[in-house]
Amino acid sequence: MGGQAEAVLTGEHFINGDEACAEGALAAGCRFFGGYPITPATEVAERMARRLPAVGGIYIQMEDEIASLTAVLGAAWGGAKAMTATSGPGFSLMMESIGLGVITETPCVVVNIQRGGPSTGLPTLCGQGDMMQARWGSHGHYEIIALSPSSPQEMFDLTIRAFNLAETFRLPVLVMADEVVGHTVERVRIPPAREIKIVNRKKPPGPPGRRPPFRPGRNLVPALADAGEGFCLHVTGLTHDERGYPMTDQVHQDKLVRRLIDKIRLNVGEILDYQELYLDRAKIVLVAYGSTVRPALRAVRLLREEGLPVGLLKLTTVWPFAEEKIRDLAGKVEAFFVPEVNFGQIALEVERCAGGRARTLAIPHAGGGIHSPARIVEAVKAGLGRG
Amino acid sequence: MPHIWCPGCGIGSAVSACITAIQRTGIPPRRMAVVSGIGCTGRVAGYLNLDSFHTTHGRAIPFATGLKLAKPELNVFVFSGEGDLFSIGGNHFIHAARRNIDLTVICVNNMNYGMTGGQVSANTPLGARTTTSPYGNTEIPLNLPSLAAACGAVYVARWLSVDVRRLARAFEEALLKPGLSFVEVISPCPTAFGRRNRLGTAREMIRLYNSQSVIRNNVHPDETVIQEGQKLVLGKFVDLERPTFQDRLAAAASTGPAWPAGKGSS
Repeated sequence: MGGQAEAVLTGEHFINGDEACAEGALAAGCRFFGGYPITPATEVAERMARRLPAVGGIYIQMEDEIASLTAVLGAAWGGAKAMTATSGPGFSLMMESIGLGVITETPCVVVNIQRGGPSTGLPTLCGQGDMMQARWGSHGHYEIIALSPSSPQEMFDLTIRAFNLAETFRLPVLVMADEVVGHTVERVRIPPAREIKIVNRKKPPGPPGRRPPFRPGRNLVPALADAGEGFCLHVTGLTHDERGYPMTDQVHQDKLVRRLIDKIRLNVGEILDYQELYLDRAKIVLVAYGSTVRPALRAVRLLREEGLPVGLLKLTTVWPFAEEKIRDLAGKVEAFFVPEVNFGQIALEVERCAGGRARTLAIPHAGGGIHSPARIVEAVKAGLGRG
Repeated sequence: MPHIWCPGCGIGSAVSACITAIQRTGIPPRRMAVVSGIGCTGRVAGYLNLDSFHTTHGRAIPFATGLKLAKPELNVFVFSGEGDLFSIGGNHFIHAARRNIDLTVICVNNMNYGMTGGQVSANTPLGARTTTSPYGNTEIPLNLPSLAAACGAVYVARWLSVDVRRLARAFEEALLKPGLSFVEVISPCPTAFGRRNRLGTAREMIRLYNSQSVIRNNVHPDETVIQEGQKLVLGKFVDLERPTFQDRLAAAASTGPAWPAGKGSS
């Protein structure tokens, strides 16, 4: 079966964000997709269903989103780079499996093309209301990595980055897109395969029996043996020790959970990704991510035309949050404005990190679309008392 | 070997039978993988020296599906309890059987949720007492062989945990058979279910199950219903051939339209 078609469709394409995401996954080496249809993510599944068999991969449509992500975890332990894509309602169903992926340190990618919520909400229209859920949605305390594409091109690029981060840090990595980015049709450039940086999971250096499977390396990440390589792994969702066997007591809980948290926090330099636009000498900073970046950037330019010292911090990695950057800026600026298609979620993070040294104002949007640049401009002026 | 199961629990015998079966198949242990869920039976994964996956409640089957599809050379079996596989996990069993994924599902049925102290489950007999059916269970239990057969399982059998000889043979057949094989293992739970229904010691429960059961191979799965006043029907009920999910996937990919090679949008 398969293997004849190209995984990397080098060239210029005119496709939407969902399709670009699928192509990014294939370029990254994804060969397993466990899917379930849901607007506005269905096109990711459809594209994977068509493309995977031809490149020697497997598409399976599972019976629900719970099964989809669980199958993805299983496939990852079978050695595959595996992904699923969904929207809010499916994301909620996947929460338990995300926790399982975190504690078992299973690399995989979960794409959420956010839509209006809560609940069934606005199935066909934009939302960004799942950002805090991405951070805290599964029970227990853990760290997560979440990237936020702001264009179809970034859907391609950041899906590759998501796989690389998943393989490096051994956990589910979230791609927090939204319906506007998912359904926008734009030029996407797919480079030649040799120009695409791919990271693969680090395998154990020695034969089975040498080293406990969950003993971390220097970056706090253990090497990953797949099933079928003779390691007789035990992988459990229970709190466990370095051998992988359940050890349900305070000492092991502290050791394991602390390492899973530090694994991300202490490696934040490798994970964080943001862009600074017009931040030099800015006194007012807009912080934006996803589809909101485009109107925010336009608003920044409009405000600057009126002489206001406004800049933009574009968050590409949303979790872990760019705490140091905000703290640093808070010492230099008057105010942060955070336009988002929710009632203030990342705004809370900005406010927390600003520590009162600069004001933080959310520019909310209930969902169903994105802010217009004019609306952002108005909100900034109103916030500055210059309505 | 120290383990967490109660004295008299049938899971231990089932595990022994399983190990015997694995050895008899001749499949090298490195090619076997076991996936379990949550519950007393779910702990089996931690006692087998194989690649073993102790997953979330009810989700062993989709995990095993992903594992098997990603690495088809593995012989993957699911070993879990009835509450895990058929209450919370019921939907996943239905679809795995429908797809005929090449997996073996071993289900220990002790008629309650034992690990959490003995609550009512989808396989608790009508009228039985549990901590959450203190006035007597008001629900009809599932008929697992019938459900499995109806959903498309290619191998369906039910034996008592104490019958390690027939169990080992059933496991061996199931492990070697392509497609979704299902073996139900009826086990005593003297600590929870047995105690609350005054079924005596473990030995007395085993004698009871033994004396109240009858082997009827090849009988229609609808006749394997568990009901008061009727003998517990044991046997091998289904053993047929059907293309597996992977057989069909391979056939489709080789005859279906290929994605247009080269550049260009959809």
